[in-house]
Amino acid sequence: MATPMVLAESVFKCYGRLEVLRGINLSVAPREVLCIVGPSGSGKSTFLRCINHLEKIDAGRLSVDGELVGYRQRGDKIYELPDREVCRKRAEIGMVFQRFNLFPHMTALENVMEAPLRVKGEPQKVVEERGRSLLARVGLGDKVDVYPNHLSGGQQQRVAIARALAMQPKLMLFDEPTSALDPELVGDVLDVMRGLAQDGMTMVVVTHEMGFAREVGDSLAFMDGGVIVESGNPREVIANPQHERTRSFLSKVL
Amino acid sequence: MSTRPDAISDPTFPAARRPDAIKAIPVRHPWRWVLAVVVLAAGAAVVYTFASAPLLHWSVVGQFLFFPEILNGLLVTLELTVIAMLIGVILGVILAVMRLSVNPVVSSVSWFYIWFFRGTPVLVQIFFWFNIATILPYLHIGIPFTHLVWVGTTNNLITPFLAAILGLGLNEAAYMSEIVRAGIISVDTGQSEAAQALGMTRVLVMRRIVLPQAMRVIIPPTGNETISMLKTSSLAYIATVSELFFIQKEISNFNYDIIELAIVASIWYLAMTSVLTFGQYYVERYFARGASRQLPPTPLQRFRRLLFHFHEPPAPVGPIEPPPIYPHHVL
Repeated sequence: MATPMVLAESVFKCYGRLEVLRGINLSVAPREVLCIVGPSGSGKSTFLRCINHLEKIDAGRLSVDGELVGYRQRGDKIYELPDREVCRKRAEIGMVFQRFNLFPHMTALENVMEAPLRVKGEPQKVVEERGRSLLARVGLGDKVDVYPNHLSGGQQQRVAIARALAMQPKLMLFDEPTSALDPELVGDVLDVMRGLAQDGMTMVVVTHEMGFAREVGDSLAFMDGGVIVESGNPREVIANPQHERTRSFLSKVL
Repeated sequence: MSTRPDAISDPTFPAARRPDAIKAIPVRHPWRWVLAVVVLAAGAAVVYTFASAPLLHWSVVGQFLFFPEILNGLLVTLELTVIAMLIGVILGVILAVMRLSVNPVVSSVSWFYIWFFRGTPVLVQIFFWFNIATILPYLHIGIPFTHLVWVGTTNNLITPFLAAILGLGLNEAAYMSEIVRAGIISVDTGQSEAAQALGMTRVLVMRRIVLPQAMRVIIPPTGNETISMLKTSSLAYIATVSELFFIQKEISNFNYDIIELAIVASIWYLAMTSVLTFGQYYVERYFARGASRQLPPTPLQRFRRLLFHFHEPPAPVGPIEPPPIYPHHVL
């Protein structure tokens, strides 16, 4: 079996005395699309942020592509990674946020080009060409020189996806990418994500879009209270949930 | 045509027929007119009283306005302002970043600096640097554990000009650092998170993402600080620096035309602050790009609108938020 892209074993995370993650176990294979659903406050977003070390985990093990996140193991000892190493690892993981977080002082194309230029130090010409083709791919070929403020929410989120893809990541994390969008605009963003999945991108998607989870997801995890209550094939979990908690949640969102 | 010729609309769906524009008789506001007349009259009375003061010699004002010594003083004032502001801004950014550092020693040092330099009057600080030779007659600058030492008399090193620069610049840095810190804090945390998620280092995030956005908040109060510095620089007279205020005072010591020369200095101070105010608009506009859908009008555009389009509704005045209010430092 190939190395899982993401492997979590008993991952714990607390803020002060509040335990947000209480033993997460899961694995995501390369080219797999995992959707995580659950009520707000269940720890979905926190877990996602742990995967690229925006949050530190307190106990357990979390690795991406066979390497621990934020740490290095030598023998029995675990060493914290220096900032530069953490940054290098993050550069291999793309992340898309609920609130887009585009850089407002840069045009769409500049947003997309920033990290490949400054972090990877790739040549301007290559980056610009890739940036333009990525923006075209997400359907914004005519918006390259527009500032984020002049774009609709759906367009901004597609620029954000293009920005993450410009780093040619091996894993994409989506943190409720459509939750801040008007219902009419959700479809465009989901179409882009569907295309990504078809191209074989490994994705972890925190979402409330059950239709997307059922249709595009290879697996589905239902989280509540900091643990994974139930997981499996999305169609089966949605059609025939085993746990009472899953059943009551699904009855409300479907 | 049922729509205004300059209206922008979506042609996909036909608009409903547009009824005639509303023509109403405006409400009269007689008290506005009365108030305007009263205010104008009072203003004119004050101006007339001073302008026609029997012993005020306007000819002296004219005579000294372009006096070479005065122009030299003007130049020194500008030098003081520019150099002190440069020190203030550069040191201020460093102090602000130090203040936000995770290292408790570094952030406390910054806190202490601000506490000290903001807590003592700038006049006292200039006076202190000017008289430092009385407690430290010689300065030794050396590299530890080597024999490389430079020794000099303090009076040679700290000239009056340098004493003024140190007093003004170090004091300004304390204020600027708080302005810069406010700017940095005002940037949404999602911005640095997104940048970090792209693999950017802390320094890169600060330089490329946070500071450029913080500038929008930093620029307006910095403009205020510059205008304020232009006037505060007159305190350099205590260190016998021959800037505008010192020069005019020297001249009036001879000819006793005290008010006339004060007016000369005031005219120049006003001229310089006016130029700075004008320039500030353009700097603000530059850093507002991307932050708003429409840039605020320039002073020229505003003036033209006032002249030619008096009856149009006022232009949307800038998305530039009012600058945070800082208790202004008193001398």
